[in-house]
Amino acid sequence: MNFTEEQLERYSRHIILQDVGVEGQIKLLESSILIIGTGGLGTPAAQFLAAVGVGKIGLVDADQVELSNLQRQVLHHTPDVGKLKVQSAKEKINSMNPDVEVKTYDYYLMSHNIKEVIREYDFVIDGTDNFPAKFLINDACVMEGKPLSHAGIIKFTGQTMTIVPEDDETPCYRCVFPEPPEPGVVPSCKEAGILGVMGGVIGTIQATEAIKYLLDKGELLTGTLLSYDALDMEFRKINLNCNDNCGVCSDDPEITELIDYEQGACEL
Amino acid sequence: MKIKVNGEEVEFETELTVSELLEKEDVEMPDMVSVELNGEILDRKDFATQVVEDGGQVEFLYFMGGGTGHELYRRTA
Repeated sequence: MNFTEEQLERYSRHIILQDVGVEGQIKLLESSILIIGTGGLGTPAAQFLAAVGVGKIGLVDADQVELSNLQRQVLHHTPDVGKLKVQSAKEKINSMNPDVEVKTYDYYLMSHNIKEVIREYDFVIDGTDNFPAKFLINDACVMEGKPLSHAGIIKFTGQTMTIVPEDDETPCYRCVFPEPPEPGVVPSCKEAGILGVMGGVIGTIQATEAIKYLLDKGELLTGTLLSYDALDMEFRKINLNCNDNCGVCSDDPEITELIDYEQGACEL
Repeated sequence: MKIKVNGEEVEFETELTVSELLEKEDVEMPDMVSVELNGEILDRKDFATQVVEDGGQVEFLYFMGGGTGHELYRRTA
């Protein structure tokens, strides 16, 4: 592909950057990333992936923008309250970078439809807020061989890890967390809250991992859980190994079909 | 004996099980924690019997969802 004058200028800081360059920028423009959940994690991830010129971004979310989202979900603005989150995010991305094609999915991904959606993309970002979704996304990505960035945030802490199923050495989410917590042990969600910037930090790391994967540069957070504590301003890398008893990615997995877990008490 | 819990050195008079360690470390919601001992993720049903030996490295890995949250655990400072 040939860059237009406008693209040469828009991506000039990438083009002069060693390890990206013209070749890397073309790779990004020809790549596709699916972002599941366009909230605290998904919007900062989407914002940067759009800015850097990822050619196709898929956005999945069935929810509408609420006023209480605006404290942390940075692509949604005050006039967007009541609008579908995927529509709100798509409008901002289109305005930010016309090079990006945005495809929206305004429904929940479940066992019956997730595989066909993720197949269309090169990399998946999990920006969901609940455990049934996180396990479903992990299992589907393992089964489809699709690279995935997992993340979670709560209060002043966050975590993220990258899963590349085609690499047998890298553990999946279920290697670390074999089963979702019992719905009964998940306490009420409205008590603890979340600092507005947490998704910005962790979601931007997820976007960074996606870009590194697409460019095939650097060391990914595979086999590593990155844990962030904002109060101590401390990042820790915890080494993770494949779990020989993993239900989905071990040699003889118990789970061969996707599971729709109960949402439980944690309606977010 | 000395062990490391989430990267910090902690000292105990005797060896203890993972369940006892979760209690000593004031993990309020052990059901929301996955435990890695010396690089291996433990089966939850082994928490009560698995002993942490001197020099052991333990990581409590917390289930984290998304935007809104809840009190998962509290460690004494």
